[in-house]
Parts: sequence; C-alpha cells; structure tokens
Amino acid sequence: MENSTIISLKDIVVEFDGESVLRHINLDIRNHEFVTLLGPSGCGKTTTLRIIGGFVNPKSGDVFFDGKRINDLPPYKREVNTVFQKYALFPNLNVYENIAFGLRLKKVPDEEIRERVFEMLDLVNMRGYERRDVNLLSGGQQQRVAIARALINKPQVLLLDEPLGALDLKLRKEMQIELKKIQRETKITFIYVTHDQEEALTMSDTVIVMRDGEIQQIGTPIDIYNEPINAFVADFIGESNIIDGIMKKDYLVNFAGRDFDCVDFGFAENENVDVVIRPEDIKISEPEKGQIHGKVESIIFKGVHYEIVVIDTNGFNWKIHSTLYEEPGREVGLSVIPDDIHIMHKMAEEEK
Amino acid sequence: MTKSRYPAFPYIVFMAIFIVIPLIMVAYFAFTTNTGEFTIQNIIRVGDYVPVIIKSLFLAFVATVICLGLGYPFAYIMSRKTSNIRRTMFMLIMLPMWMNFLLRTYSWMTILENNGLLNRFLGIFGIGPFEMINTQGAVVLGMVYDYLPFMIVPLYTVMMKMDHSLVQAAQDLGADPFQVFTHVILPQTMQGIKTGITMVFVPSVSTFVISRMLGGGSELMVGDLIEMQFGSNNYNPNLGSAISLVLMIIVLICMSVMNQFDSDNIDKEGRIAI
Ligand SMILES: Nc1ncnc2c1ncn2[C@@H]1O[C@H](COP(=O)(O)OP(=O)(O)OP(=O)(O)O)[C@@H](O)[C@H]1O
Ligand SMILES: [Mg+2]
Repeated sequence: MENSTIISLKDIVVEFDGESVLRHINLDIRNHEFVTLLGPSGCGKTTTLRIIGGFVNPKSGDVFFDGKRINDLPPYKREVNTVFQKYALFPNLNVYENIAFGLRLKKVPDEEIRERVFEMLDLVNMRGYERRDVNLLSGGQQQRVAIARALINKPQVLLLDEPLGALDLKLRKEMQIELKKIQRETKITFIYVTHDQEEALTMSDTVIVMRDGEIQQIGTPIDIYNEPINAFVADFIGESNIIDGIMKKDYLVNFAGRDFDCVDFGFAENENVDVVIRPEDIKISEPEKGQIHGKVESIIFKGVHYEIVVIDTNGFNWKIHSTLYEEPGREVGLSVIPDDIHIMHKMAEEEK
Repeated sequence: MTKSRYPAFPYIVFMAIFIVIPLIMVAYFAFTTNTGEFTIQNIIRVGDYVPVIIKSLFLAFVATVICLGLGYPFAYIMSRKTSNIRRTMFMLIMLPMWMNFLLRTYSWMTILENNGLLNRFLGIFGIGPFEMINTQGAVVLGMVYDYLPFMIVPLYTVMMKMDHSLVQAAQDLGADPFQVFTHVILPQTMQGIKTGITMVFVPSVSTFVISRMLGGGSELMVGDLIEMQFGSNNYNPNLGSAISLVLMIIVLICMSVMNQFDSDNIDKEGRIAI
C-alpha cells in the first residue's frame, strides 16, 4: 500500500467571524508524499494545516486520517507534528530540551533521548548549540530548532508552515535539500506551506495552489507549470504575460491584433479567453521577422537573464526574459511558437 | 555609562534616606538598651514570643495559599476574556481597594459578629448562631479579602504576556491538558506566582489591624506585638525593633527558600522537572 491516502479533507468549510476562510476544500494526501500548499498571503494555507493539526474546528466537513474520521480528536492525540510559522519554541527551555520535549512527554529513557536529540542537532546543523538559550538564537536557528523538535517524534505526517521563511537564500537552499533528503529517507508525509513558488516547484511531489480559501489546481510541479488551469495559477507559478484573446476556432486564437496558431481546442467559437505566455518563451527578433511589433521600454539585469519590457503597437506590456541585451527605445519583433501559447477559460468575474 | 549616572543620583539619595537609614536605625535600636548601650538582651527576649511568630507565619501561609488557589484560576480566566470583560473584571477586583483599609476590615466585623449580618441571616433559617468573629478563620478571611488583589494583579500581568501559541505547540507534541499546565503554563507564570506570594505573604505576616479587629484580643499576631512595643503603656522601642529585625530575617529566609525551590527544579539540562 505504497500510495494509500493518509489524510483526506472532505468539503471543509471554515469561517472566522462570519468571514469564510476555507470554502469547500476537498483534498486527498497520499502517504509518503511531499505535498506543498502554495498561495498568496491570507489564502488559508495556515488554516488548512491547523485543520489537520486539530487546532481549528471546521464549520462543516470531515477530516480523515488513515481512513478514520478525526474531527473530534484533540491535537495531542493526533499522529501529526507541526513546525509552526512563528516557531513557538519554549522560552524556558534550552535548545536540547526544546527538541527533547515530545520524547520527554512520552517518557522515553534519557539515553535514547540523548541519542536522538544529537541526531537531530546534526541533521539541522545545530550541533554545539544544545545548551543555548533559545531566546538568544537568530530567527534561522530558531526555525531549525522548531524543525528538529517536530521531526524527532517521527510522526506519520509532518506539517511545515513556511519553515524556511526566516533563512537567507544560501541557507534556505541548503535546508531545502536537507528537508527533501529527510523526507525521502524517513518517508514521512510532508505537508509544506510556502508562498515561494520556486521552493514549491523544486521540492514537491504534488503542488496545491490555493486562492481565497479555494483550491485552484492540484498537480505535479511540471503539470502546474506547463499546464496551469487558469490565469491566476499561471501568474502565481512563475511570471506570465496574460492577455485577453478570442478563440476563433480550434487551434486558432486571436490576440494582440492578429491570429495565432495554437495547440488548444474545445473552446466555444469566439469565446473570450486568457492567453498566457511565459516571459522566457518569447523570442526577440528584427521588427520585420516578428509576429508582434513593439518597442523596448526598459531592461533590468536579473542575474541569469535580462528582464525586458516591450510595449507593442496596441499598448500591451510584454515581459520577456532573454540572455541578450536590447537597447531601450529599439524597435523589435516578438514571436512565440504554438506550443508556448496557453489558452485559459476566463475566470468568472466574481473570482477576480 | 557616565551619562546615566546623573539621573540616578536623586534615587540613590532617596533610597539612602528612606530605606537604608531606617534599616540601620532598626538594627541599632535592636542591639541597644534604652540608654544606648550595646546588648543582645532584646534579641534573646524575642525568644519568648516564638509561639506568636509561628502562629503569624502559619496564618499568613494559609492566607497566601488560599489567595493563590483563588487568584490563579481567576487571573487565568480573566486573561482569556475579551478586553471589555477583562476591564470590568479588573475594576471589580480593584474597587474594594479604593475603600479605606480600616473600613473594609470593619465591615467584615459587622458581618461576622455574633449578632452580625451573617448570623442574623442564617437565623432566619434557624441555623446558628456561629462563633465566627474572634477566630483564626476570621483573621485569615480578612487577610485573603484584603490581599487577594495583590495576588491577582501580578498573576494577571504575566498571564496577559503569556504566549498561547506555546500551548498549541505543546499539544502538538503530545501534551495532554495536565502536561500543558505543568510544562507550559506553570513555567511561564512562575514569576507572577513568586511576586504574588511575596506581595501577599509579607503584609499578612506583619498585619496587626486585621488580627485585632477580626481576631479580637485573643489572636495576637506578631504585628500586634510590635505595635504594642511602640504603644503608650509599655513603650519599648528596643524590643519592638528586635522583633521587627527577627521577623524581617525570617521573611527573607522564607523568600529565598522559595526562590531556591524554583531553581532547584531545573536540572543540569535546564529542564523543569515537575
Ligand atoms: N483565528 C482567526 N480569527 C480570525 N481570522 C482569522 C484567524 N486565523 C486566520 N484568519 C483569517 O483567515 C484568513 C486565512 O488565514 P491563514 O493564516 O490561513 O492565511 P495564510 O495562507 O497562512 O497566509 P500567510 O501566507 O500570510 O501565512 C486570513 O484572512 C486571516 O485573517
Ligand atoms: Mg500562514
């Protein structure tokens, strides 16, 4: 039963003060998976974790763990541990005792605690800090203690609420690799919250994109990046150019003042659609060779590539990633191959 | 560093005049006769009053325990309410304190007297009358009533600052409600408990009005004893100072034992071993 469902949320609704925060969330999480909840601030990621952890009671809907309904199970009886967004380390205990906390409650013998705490300290790169006062640690160090404190209990499911938020880029990359390794080795199901789309794409088996308390799309990172279900997902997962278009017929779309061949079909005739094109999929050429004509508005060096903004003859701002420098003010042509034109149904007006 | 010295100067003078000098004078009186010669006779005479001192310590201890037992849950509940309810509750606790101390204690006299309010009320149902005034119970009641706010306020203060996400963190790690209390809530409120105990115990030990009014003459406490030495008929400030000094030292010992108790509970790993 490698891929049995471990956690499942059925039609979960959460309201705070009459304000709905989660609207009919349905979710199945498979055992041993690395699942990421991704979405903008305030979309309900933390609330979803708190439902699973048992700290929030849904207004309606059911939570299942390993097939059993656990709505009424208090948090301390759930086989789930959490790395909290705000760490929540015990200020009266030192690093060692913070990590040992869960084992102490279970009355694990001192010798074993010692062994496992040091194992954890090695894992999160905090060896030598065991006697430190947690209040005097840096944000990143506190975060690592919080990870160790949750991980030491070897839960079936680990909930991580933006566990790397306070780390600098280098350490974050290191910890991403470390966490991914830990997850692979321990086979613990990770439910990971982030609003960093790159982090979500590189670490996860499955990405769940949320918005305003609703799930937008569930899929593998590649699916989500290449086949975003709507303009919101496309925009949130990496940068995108989103332009209004009209689907003339199957495989033919009109935008930016002309028709383009595309690979999409099954839309209504002359349906208004969102056309999504990734900045790295647009090629800049001589004006006469391009499908769209425009003028370079600005260029910013971004390290690996330049980010170039081109205003076309209809006044639309195209964002383009290129390794080649283009002089601002220059007339250019833009072209894009049919594979890279993504057509999306317009989002309902109220969702915007 | 040099800058901060100047503003501190007035306080140092203040402390010298109103705290250090009186302390030295108490010690001086305690070790001299009324003609000013050195003696330890006063201290030795304090020995005669050991039973009174023990009884005072005992009654103050009982009152402190009751205050803690009542004040702790009250402060906790109050700290969890919305700010409007909190403010109202806080007012209700502080309200009696705006009344004169003597008046407050006096009102308990009229309630507890043999033909006081309570006995008359019980009489309606044919119960009693009970001997309530002039008992140790009445004295403890008076102390609890007068000093309970001193327990609640410091507890409430630390509880307001308490981080409730830690409660969730502990639950998440498998702590049942009792373990949450011993491992998270108690350590975080320990400072408030210590302050509250000190603020109730110290005035309770040396109280004299409450014991005189509610305990009658029979329940003499060490505070009464000291006060008597400065009264008109058997004026003996030297003995009074000696008793005060001994009492002060006993209280100091009690307090440091309490502080010791707390740090003893932290073992080598820095764990609270409750
Ligand atoms: N206890 C609460 N009482 C009232 N409103 C709440 C409560 N907790 C969360 N909310 C609201 O619910 C919404 C979702 O909050 P949540 O913390 O789940 O967002 P999030 O996706 O984790 O955001 P972030 O990325 O900023 O952490 C927010 O609008 C928030 O204000
Ligand atoms: Mg959050």
